[in-house]
Amino acid sequence: MTVLNEPLQPAAQPGASGETTAPAAQTVLPRSITEAAPGPRRPRSRRRLTGFRTADVLALIGAAAAALAITALLWTQFAPFTGILGYVIVSWGLFVLVYGILVSFDENRPTIRDRIAAALVHSLAFVVGGSLALVIIYTVVKGWTAMVHLNFYTQDMHTTGPTAPLTHGGVLHAVVGSLIELAIAMAIAVPLGLLAAVFLNEVPGRLGRLVRTVVDAMTALPDVLAGLFIYATLILILGLEQSGLAAGCALAVTIISIVCRAAYVVLRLVPGGLTEASYALGSGHWRTVWHVTLPTARSGLATAVILGAARAVGETSPVLLTAGATNYLNDNPVHGPMMSLPLLAYTLVATPQKNYIARGFGAAALLMILVVVMFVLMRAVGGRGAGVLSAGQLRRRLAASQRDLARYTERATARAATGAAGPVPRDAPSRWLLPGNWLPGRRS
Amino acid sequence: MGRRSLAARLSASDRAFRVILRGGGIVVLALLVLVGTFLFFRANQALHKAGLSFLTTQDWNPDGGGFGIAAIMIGTILIALVAVTVAALLAMGTALYISEYAPRQIQRLLITLVDLMAAVPSVVYGLWGAFALQWRVVSLSRWLHDWFGWIPLFRVAGIAPHDTQPTATAFTSSTFIAGLVVALMITPIASSIMREAFSQAPAGEREGAYALGATRWGMIRSVVLPFGRGAMIGGLMLGLGRALGETIAVAMIISLIFKIQPHILEHGGSSISVTIALRYAEATPFAVSALMAAGLALFGLTLVVNVIAAVIVSRSRSGAVSEA
Repeated sequence: MTVLNEPLQPAAQPGASGETTAPAAQTVLPRSITEAAPGPRRPRSRRRLTGFRTADVLALIGAAAAALAITALLWTQFAPFTGILGYVIVSWGLFVLVYGILVSFDENRPTIRDRIAAALVHSLAFVVGGSLALVIIYTVVKGWTAMVHLNFYTQDMHTTGPTAPLTHGGVLHAVVGSLIELAIAMAIAVPLGLLAAVFLNEVPGRLGRLVRTVVDAMTALPDVLAGLFIYATLILILGLEQSGLAAGCALAVTIISIVCRAAYVVLRLVPGGLTEASYALGSGHWRTVWHVTLPTARSGLATAVILGAARAVGETSPVLLTAGATNYLNDNPVHGPMMSLPLLAYTLVATPQKNYIARGFGAAALLMILVVVMFVLMRAVGGRGAGVLSAGQLRRRLAASQRDLARYTERATARAATGAAGPVPRDAPSRWLLPGNWLPGRRS
Repeated sequence: MGRRSLAARLSASDRAFRVILRGGGIVVLALLVLVGTFLFFRANQALHKAGLSFLTTQDWNPDGGGFGIAAIMIGTILIALVAVTVAALLAMGTALYISEYAPRQIQRLLITLVDLMAAVPSVVYGLWGAFALQWRVVSLSRWLHDWFGWIPLFRVAGIAPHDTQPTATAFTSSTFIAGLVVALMITPIASSIMREAFSQAPAGEREGAYALGATRWGMIRSVVLPFGRGAMIGGLMLGLGRALGETIAVAMIISLIFKIQPHILEHGGSSISVTIALRYAEATPFAVSALMAAGLALFGLTLVVNVIAAVIVSRSRSGAVSEA
């Protein structure tokens, strides 16, 4: 606060600066704080601009307590309401009402609106966060009874009857199937998607625009249609059986536009200065893309790939139409139906059997964990802008530079020692990069 | 003297590189165009036979009798509209919270969580919706029916308001519950687009609003929301496109019927994608063609919605930063 007051001092007393010999425009700084504040000294504590005041917190607590109490009264005494969801909604409405009234006791109208809006925004965000937490926790908790048994991970379901206990049968066939289908989908979609993204970024023109428009349009393709397409072509027309290969192709169709778009967005962010510098040094198109553009965007490209993988592993509807369903472990992608985790969860919970449902939730929880792992991986490798290096990369890059420098100096010294003896070998193209060549008075 | 040619003379390796790139682009283009045209041509057979009745028939019985998208298209749109209505609130609240209210330290974490929410497989949402949410929403559905049953949308056929007798199953597997679950699935998509726009609201205008004495909400209403209006609409429409095509979560909740069901709280609903997912297996080649026709109609709808959304979103990024 005192800091704010000081500059006002000379303006308040214009005569004071005139009496001294200083020019009129010069600011006279007070020599000490006591001199700066001639009036009654205000307390020198800093004014808090953020944080809560006690009254605010009390209003919140009071409103919450009142709302809960009134709703409890409604629910227990005036009877016709039941259900936990209704209780939460009614008490939330009452909370907003009471909070508004409490705030209105000592604030003006804009402030009341501000507080109510803040309460609304916070509660909406809380609903979203709470739902996410509930979805994940519910799935894991319901699946836990099946997931604690080791056989859940080591057996398939082909000998497991409807009433078999949870210590029998598992999801190994679905895990294997999911991984195989994912591998096939990635093997098709990643090279094609990345190639198309590089094409969009590097070869501008009419064809590029057309590809971009179509890729954008195909991100709108409902995933079930990708499945239907593969079902109608590969299976009905070409006579392939329902298999892991067909499912992998369907997943590839689903994610190819996603991978391509995500990769293209990242490639576009590569600074133009870097590629131009590469061209200016004389490297061609291919070398520039391979040694400059792609390494610069590596982190973002990894993100695009993992994004596609996370999407592919969780998709159910394309797989539903193309993979068939089986209780047997099948590791042959071209022959026989294949199970995958989302499909297993979907089919198991459609049955009325309690243990099947538990296994279904277990499969869903396992799938969820798989997605979360991929997500953490994505955050670990990705999330950095183009050309921003991680600590390890930076260290390696610096070490490489040091090595290069050492090499150059070593060669320069060697040449200086044998310099008089013979000419510099002309066959090394990199000699133009040696520092020695740029020194004045070098030997030609 | 002629103009000097500026065209680069490419080396052999660069020419090969360009050929490979072009090849990749063409393969992707061909693949995606193939999907679209194939859908179109296979659908043609059914469309040709059904003619205009394809748009007006409610029933779905391709092998004998009529089939049409009147019921399933309306069902799809109703589910998507419920989802977008709910998601509009949720997404706006989340986006505002993250960009305006949340402490700086946890902002990155919250953004990651929203992204994670978008990556949760739809079968997991479907499980939660069918097993956990459904039975808790029933009381809410009943309450809506009791007090707002006079609105045709909230009516439930055969049950009078305040009738406590009917079992809960009259309210399960409804369009409303499916819409709620889909709302959760599209909230992160809409929210992340909104948040991005909100956080780009110019700092000078924010500070100007504060300097004129605005409260935080006053600042949001006069600066942030007008700035992000395009992104809000665009983000919601992208969500709408996703909601129209959602299959598995909806399939796990609604029980499929083939008549126009305007009562969103009532048991039973209809959806194009669910029809495809549930009917392909026992379908004859002609029935597959009919499913393709329905799928084509759905694709056309999502395509239009997505294109409009993309245009709105790219227009809304005011200033020089807009690229796309």
